[in-house]
Amino acid sequence: MKYVKQFLIILAFSFGGEVLHTLLPLPIPASIYGIIFLFLALNFNLLAVDSIRETSNFLIEIMPVLFIPAAVGILETWGLIRVKWASYLVITLFSTIIVMVVSGHVTQAIMRSDQKQEEQEQQEEQEEVA
Amino acid sequence: MKTIILDSTYFGVLISLGSYWIGTQLKKKWNIALLNPLLIAIILTMTFLVLFHIDYDTYYEGSKYINYLLTPATICLAVPLYEQFELLKKNIKAVMLGISSGVISSLGSVFLLALLFHFDHKNYVTFLPKSITTAIGMGVSQELGGYVAISTAVIIITGVLGNMLAETVCNVFRITHPIAKGIAIGSASHAVGTARAMEMGEIEGAMSSLSIVVSGILTVIGASIFAQLL
Repeated sequence: MKYVKQFLIILAFSFGGEVLHTLLPLPIPASIYGIIFLFLALNFNLLAVDSIRETSNFLIEIMPVLFIPAAVGILETWGLIRVKWASYLVITLFSTIIVMVVSGHVTQAIMRSDQKQEEQEQQEEQEEVA
Repeated sequence: MKTIILDSTYFGVLISLGSYWIGTQLKKKWNIALLNPLLIAIILTMTFLVLFHIDYDTYYEGSKYINYLLTPATICLAVPLYEQFELLKKNIKAVMLGISSGVISSLGSVFLLALLFHFDHKNYVTFLPKSITTAIGMGVSQELGGYVAISTAVIIITGVLGNMLAETVCNVFRITHPIAKGIAIGSASHAVGTARAMEMGEIEGAMSSLSIVVSGILTVIGASIFAQLL
């Protein structure tokens, strides 16, 4: 029964997300509502992580496979892409790498400067004590 | 014989799972980034369909059951996010500014490259939502008057590239901290990249999951501003 209950809970959040997506005039898909509400439920102890853990681990583990049908669907749009495929690929590739490098380094740089500041404060505190 | 195979409900799932399995075996044998199981699975499935003249609708008839699980699986990304919430709170400034810089560099790089390739407005706005999750991205493309079908394809290709290159890019450009890696992967390549981040570690996965949500929402606003530029 464990898996039935776990899957039921996860599907309930999917259902709720879809209902919100239909009702609210925002460009936010069901899955995003679902993530936010499941997170809130876990964070405010309305739901224990253990009550979905195994099924959630399973679904996350098979996630790459779930993208295959949509990706194969590119076959259908190939006619539209074919004319400019080289420039499309260059833009997609370069922009993806640029975003990764910029966001990764900005995150890393801010974390380092915050850490330094923290260490400095700690040091000052210690000096004051001494 | 062909109709028996095609009429089976399990055919679409079988070929998708089988191709992915072959992909994982190849990856195990030669550990190179280009041998990405997801990429191999997509190419093998496509080749199979083209070679045996099977149209996409027939394939999708069965494989839609895999697709069905995508929303529940994405929602489960809330679990790693919840488990790393303390770490997230501690680094909230770095995380939020990191994701924002990702959104701006995504829109900005599309703008510059579109200028370089002399794109018209319609082609340009088609690429603006390329780094965000498909469901939001399609809406953005439609809103701005882009080619929605091309946006969808570009978003998926971005995801697959992110999934494929995540490790290499992080190594080459010295993105070493797990939080920074997660933000980089999720901001650049949404849920498809996040699937890879989850394999790298719990922290990477959690940060990448958060990036899907935040960058998706920020891009809705940012793209409508950038759309005015070209």
